[in-house]
Amino acid sequence: MELRHITKRFIGKVVANKDVSMEIRRGEILALLGENGSGKTTLMNMLSGIYYPDEGEILIDGKKVVIRDPKDAYALGIGMIHQHFKLVDVLSAAENIVLGLKGKLDLNAATAKIKAICDQYGFEVDPKQKVYDMSVSQKQTVEIVKVLYRGADILILDEPTAVLTPQEADKLFNVLRSMRDDGKAIVIITHKMHEVESLSDRVAVLRGGEYIGDMMTAETNAQEMTNMMVGHSVTLNIDRPEPVNPRPRMEVTDLTVRNIDGILKLDGVSFTANAGEILGIAGISGSGQKELLEAMAGLQPVERGDIEYISDDGTKKKLIGMDPLKIQELGVVLSFVPEDRLGMGLVGNMDIDDNMMLRSFRQGHSLFTDRATPHHVAEQVVHDLEVATPSLTTPVRRLSGGNVQKVLVGREITQAPSVLMTAYAVRGLDINASYIIYDLINRQKAAGVAVIYVGEDLDVLVELADRILVLCGGKVSGIVDGRKTNKRELGMMMTQIGGTQHE
Amino acid sequence: MNKEPLFHISKRSAVPWYVAWIVRGCAVVLALIVCAAVTVLVTGENPLNIYSTIIHGTFGSARKIWVTFQNVAILLCISLAVTPAFRMKFWNVGGEGQTLAGCLAAAACMITLRDALPNWAIICCMIVSSIIAGAIWGGIPAFFKAKWGTNETLFTLMMNYIATQLVAFFCVVWESPKGSGQIGIINQKTEIGWLPVIGGQRYLLNILVVAVVCVLMYIYLNYTKHGYEISVVGESERTARYVGIKVDKVIIRTMLLSGGICGLTGLLLVGATDHTLTTTLAGGNGFTAVMVSWLAKFNPIWMILTSFLIAFLGRGAGEISKTFGLNQSFSDILTGIILFFIIGSEFFITYKINFRHGGKKESGV
Repeated sequence: MELRHITKRFIGKVVANKDVSMEIRRGEILALLGENGSGKTTLMNMLSGIYYPDEGEILIDGKKVVIRDPKDAYALGIGMIHQHFKLVDVLSAAENIVLGLKGKLDLNAATAKIKAICDQYGFEVDPKQKVYDMSVSQKQTVEIVKVLYRGADILILDEPTAVLTPQEADKLFNVLRSMRDDGKAIVIITHKMHEVESLSDRVAVLRGGEYIGDMMTAETNAQEMTNMMVGHSVTLNIDRPEPVNPRPRMEVTDLTVRNIDGILKLDGVSFTANAGEILGIAGISGSGQKELLEAMAGLQPVERGDIEYISDDGTKKKLIGMDPLKIQELGVVLSFVPEDRLGMGLVGNMDIDDNMMLRSFRQGHSLFTDRATPHHVAEQVVHDLEVATPSLTTPVRRLSGGNVQKVLVGREITQAPSVLMTAYAVRGLDINASYIIYDLINRQKAAGVAVIYVGEDLDVLVELADRILVLCGGKVSGIVDGRKTNKRELGMMMTQIGGTQHE
Repeated sequence: MNKEPLFHISKRSAVPWYVAWIVRGCAVVLALIVCAAVTVLVTGENPLNIYSTIIHGTFGSARKIWVTFQNVAILLCISLAVTPAFRMKFWNVGGEGQTLAGCLAAAACMITLRDALPNWAIICCMIVSSIIAGAIWGGIPAFFKAKWGTNETLFTLMMNYIATQLVAFFCVVWESPKGSGQIGIINQKTEIGWLPVIGGQRYLLNILVVAVVCVLMYIYLNYTKHGYEISVVGESERTARYVGIKVDKVIIRTMLLSGGICGLTGLLLVGATDHTLTTTLAGGNGFTAVMVSWLAKFNPIWMILTSFLIAFLGRGAGEISKTFGLNQSFSDILTGIILFFIIGSEFFITYKINFRHGGKKESGV
């Protein structure tokens, strides 16, 4: 497969892809690297028929093809596995796989064919299992089987490991390797360097919508790839200064939370977060991280348990059962950078000024809002964190992911918090932006803030956090020293309470 | 064999406001041309006559101008009323019912208190009770939405019918003369409960009141803490909770305000202009207001323009039907054409259509 001079322009002057020419080879795993907004996903969306290129042509096996919609893509054997799964929850695996196909519905024949595909590549899928009963990794498997079922021999995976444990990721990689050996072409979009190194045969790099070049994975290293991606050299180490005067700040005891459906999301969670320290929280997604942070922020009703705030002079304040407003009135400055940035932390349609106002607009007794102060804060944040924005009056949803996060983190830090909670603070952020966020978090730690950092990238957690709390199915699987643990141990603890003791 | 698609539709980035208004202006012009064409086809009249009829119907005489402005004022007032709810993404389509509730309360004061209290006290009662009645009518669906998450669109819509039926019931209770089933002009001789006439112009009071409401609403929505809370709740309830805004409270408070202003409109209708109570007193303005508010992108100042536009076109269409001897249905057709163009123009403001590149014909395939 070959792409020639592909250009895609979006609204206004944004050029998502500029004159990109590259090739995808059969029997090879190609890693597509690039910072956020470098056009990786746009490019792949053009292959799978979601977008249509403005210029350029696509060739498959030397023949020019036109991909107008996803149906065309399927007909040409191109299948894409998106970051967000597109499955119907109430249907079974087999039903999801045949969904939308033409012809008579014969579930038995389909099941047989699914079995055959699974055996060939080593998948484990129960065709009768309903999707709502599946784990994230099982859902992903169904997505992959779905595109194989449709006869795809060019597979595109958009950040497939973002939601998997290291063990699950290894399993996925084995499957991908066996598909490669079968002569399929595989493209994987990722941010994680170690995955690129362990999995891919060839690396292609995009920067600012342009194709920078490709190289064989065996002949390069993480540093070189990063430099190519960013365009200048960067250091890849995360600082971890020694904690200064750590002392208990938040004490959580026996916290138990059920969600709206009555499902137990947190079960007897107890821990202490220290001021001047970063407490990392690891766990498979959906293990209760969200509920934990929201309960501490006063956004989640709690079944039982206690949350106490310990001031510098040692007095304890109970926060349990309070809403964010009451916690604020108590004089406790809790900053919370939620996972859902535009759906919870910020208002996408408002500009930076108005978003800065979210935390402070109640101040003063006037009936009217004070707009001057938030404006100054906005200017300060944009300047200090180098937020790339056309103006302060641009709606934040128009900013790129990294800049949105800078605005959010900037606002939360401006409050001069004593506790800072972040959920997936660098998800979807490129290397540069991620390092800015790590640096900000470290500066808060140095200032004596108790930082709670929920993360998904274990490589980062073991480098950044002082202590790491591992959640497993809503229970605390263990709390380990970030300096002494490793990824393997965390991975074990994520899937099993306490991890396994064998070595 | 495969061809590029003939065209694809993509979203535009922000369009400068003046471009948007040029597009809307073009839509109005196109609408008028099509209206004229349709009228010519049906009646064989000279299209220029048709346009002059529209102008004449709206501005033909001092009286017509005043009536036009009165229509604009009432439409604008209800539009302003539903706007805070809309900014909160609470789809209040109950402006009609809330206005009628206000009408009913005002009329009730005029009729039941006319022998009991002095005139100024009755007017005070009318003001208070009509605003409260509208607020209750708007507050009920808000309460249910806030507490149990009911669908506000259906709820406010159904409340319209209840209000209409209530008014119909009281029209019989208070009928005058007996047996007519109508109320007629209330207190025609004594003029008790009639709002004062300013400067000898019957409609001036309404226009002034609405102008004040308009400015206050603009300030409320854009410069107060309440207005800011409304915007945040409208954009994302989760964000609102996250920063400690009490969403339930904001929903109920905003709908009390929204209903209250509708009630005030009811007061103006009964107390200042019509001095009677009928089920059709709000005249569909409660529904038209939804469109006025939308077209102005929920901006109270732009709403002056859009309500004027809609009222102007409505009166023009009515005048065409009358002058050329056509019935009400024809004016409905014309209004429909006009609205089609105006609403359709929003599509071209939000999206653009890219046609297949002319230079890249697939000659070889």
